[in-house]
Amino acid sequence: MSSNAQSDPNRPDSGRPDPARRRNVRVAVVCGSLFFGMIGAAYASVPLYKAFCQLTGFDGTVRRAEVAPDTVLAKTLTVRFDANVRDLPVTFTTEQTSQTVKIGETKLAFFKVTNNSNKPVMARAIYNVVPEQAGPHFQKLQCFCFEDQVIAAGATIEMPVLYFIDPKYADDPNTKGKPEVTLSYTFFPSTTATAQVVASKADKKG
Amino acid sequence: MAQAAAYGQEDEHGNHTPGFFTRWFYSTNHKDIGTLYILFAIMAGLVGGALSGLIRWELFEPGIQVFREGSWLAATGLVEPSKHGYNVVVTGHALIMIFFMVMPAMIGGFGNWFVPLMIGAPDMAFPRMNNISFWLLVAAWVMLLVSMFVDGGPGRGFGGGWTLYPPLSTSGHTGPAMDCAILSVHLAGASSILGAINFITTIFNMRAPGMTLHRMPLFVWSILVTVFLLLLSLPVLAGAITMLLTDRNFNTHFFDAAGGGDPVMFQHLFWFFGHPEVYILILPAFGMISHIVSTFSKKPVFGYLAMAYAMVAIGFIGFVVWAHHMYTAGMGIELRAYFVAATMVIAVPTGVKVFSWIATMWGGSIDFKTPMLWAIGFIFLFTVGGVTGVVLANAGIDYSLHDTYYVVAHFHYVLSLGAVFGIFAGFYYWYEKMWGVKYNEFLGATHFWITFVGVNLIFFPQHFLGLQGMPRRYVDYPTAFEYWNRISTYGYMITAFGVVVFLLVLLESAVRRRKAEANPWGEGATTLEWTLSSPPPFHQFNELPVIKPDAHH
Repeated sequence: MSSNAQSDPNRPDSGRPDPARRRNVRVAVVCGSLFFGMIGAAYASVPLYKAFCQLTGFDGTVRRAEVAPDTVLAKTLTVRFDANVRDLPVTFTTEQTSQTVKIGETKLAFFKVTNNSNKPVMARAIYNVVPEQAGPHFQKLQCFCFEDQVIAAGATIEMPVLYFIDPKYADDPNTKGKPEVTLSYTFFPSTTATAQVVASKADKKG
Repeated sequence: MAQAAAYGQEDEHGNHTPGFFTRWFYSTNHKDIGTLYILFAIMAGLVGGALSGLIRWELFEPGIQVFREGSWLAATGLVEPSKHGYNVVVTGHALIMIFFMVMPAMIGGFGNWFVPLMIGAPDMAFPRMNNISFWLLVAAWVMLLVSMFVDGGPGRGFGGGWTLYPPLSTSGHTGPAMDCAILSVHLAGASSILGAINFITTIFNMRAPGMTLHRMPLFVWSILVTVFLLLLSLPVLAGAITMLLTDRNFNTHFFDAAGGGDPVMFQHLFWFFGHPEVYILILPAFGMISHIVSTFSKKPVFGYLAMAYAMVAIGFIGFVVWAHHMYTAGMGIELRAYFVAATMVIAVPTGVKVFSWIATMWGGSIDFKTPMLWAIGFIFLFTVGGVTGVVLANAGIDYSLHDTYYVVAHFHYVLSLGAVFGIFAGFYYWYEKMWGVKYNEFLGATHFWITFVGVNLIFFPQHFLGLQGMPRRYVDYPTAFEYWNRISTYGYMITAFGVVVFLLVLLESAVRRRKAEANPWGEGATTLEWTLSSPPPFHQFNELPVIKPDAHH
């Protein structure tokens, strides 16, 4: 672009004085920074969206709580459990299909996972609740899904979830007439484990 | 190219024009680059139109006739004869029509040609960057074609639709076709961004003395709003598809649920770009239609400032309605309520525009020349598409109409019929100005009427199909949908005949070479480009025109 400033009789802007050129470049630079700003905004939206979901329980994101609520209501809900596996040699089942829970009451549910292969498996459970509107109120005190799980070759482990339904569930207009909540887990290969595999593959290639 | 080359030889304006190769390949002249863009768009439009022909042919009757082994299509070897092949064709049709036909024609073609002429500037602010913009688009086009011929995973090419949703575009398409498509969109995006910066700089800094923003022709306003939308929305798409690319190749997990990512996040990013994009496609047409309606009604535009600021308002609101494409992705009721309301608000500035076009015609001495026919056709078809848009804006209704042919009919009424009618209106309006020869009025009007009947026959029945529940993007359908699908395909045949007439218009004018006038439209045509010869001299406005305060827009 700087070559434009050279004098060239064919170029229509060759007669333009330098200030005009500087003004053009200034506008272009402002536009360019807008462009990079928007790229940055697009990337920033990923952690922001995640933080937003975890903070508000948006779209069925289950929240993590430190303390149990002090009120227990008489109203009950049915909590159903669902266990899935993706790309892993394990069997993953729930020990109970459903539980009847009083709103505000702290409950314990168990899941069972068996490693069918002869290698240890590093896995991570991803979770969600349906209906999505229950997300802000479904809170966990303890869960196997908070960290990566290592399951030894051939081993079977029982894994607990300690959860409660926030008493606000009863007042929220969005959860009105929704007496059932399904908590669903899917075990995926842990991404830290995948990264290690990729790294070791790269080492072999190198 | 033949016509363009022929007109390049004319040297009667005493201008020094460079030789053929330098002129068309190293071009820095805004009019030459505009011409290149328009020729490119015509070429891409023919390819994209041929792809839609394959779709209509397949849907002519139930069962799979074209996309199966042993059909004539399989014999050509161009497209994989499978259901995946159908998806690839649908995807290719969408990407080509959006990025390689409508955008190059409107922004690259008419924008480059007429923005400098209308504001009284000698050229664009960065002529060399203008050249880069065009050739990047050619590179993007090549990448897209490559994508259609290399392995995609389920078969040859990428078949995930122009929306590129993961996981179909990540784990669903493991082959290099998707990577090529991503690169193609990157290049097309870079081309548009450079173009946008160029237009903004030109419009802000190079207006002739007296040409204040509020005296700028509406087409220039429309391009200004369009390029701002491009500048703010395209980077988001670029970011989103770069994340797709790294998800596919470099082990990131932006949209991969297994790694804590969220596939719905892509839909949000995509539509944050995608919704402004549909206004990018239609806004320049708004500008052109205003000029054409005013020229052939021999009246100034009704409500000039309202028209300009309606476009600005549409641009702003266009950024805050994106999730109405995602009602069924699972959103809270409050969010849906917000997006329904915001979407409906867009009908207000759009209504202002339609009202002002009609008010411009009202009481005017209307001359039904070809451009005016296309312009009135545009207003009618765009309004029909706008009405179905208000229907679809309702989340409750959209729940059952989402991804049906009703949506297909809606966006083809506003884009295929709206934008394309706008492009043809502009093309005939500026035909003499650009090519230096006259088109045949009878052939032009014939082209209009055949196309008008054809496209309505294609897309109006698709409303019925959608209401009956026919899903889009399916290669086959039950016999219950046969009747209207058949009518729709007949409509395609008529439209294809219209395209032949269009090519005849080009051929006839290139052979007869009737000498163009500087201003063929008389007193109604008041913008600066009509003060120059047709075609304009290679370098115009060596002495800048001065715009008086009472000048018409």
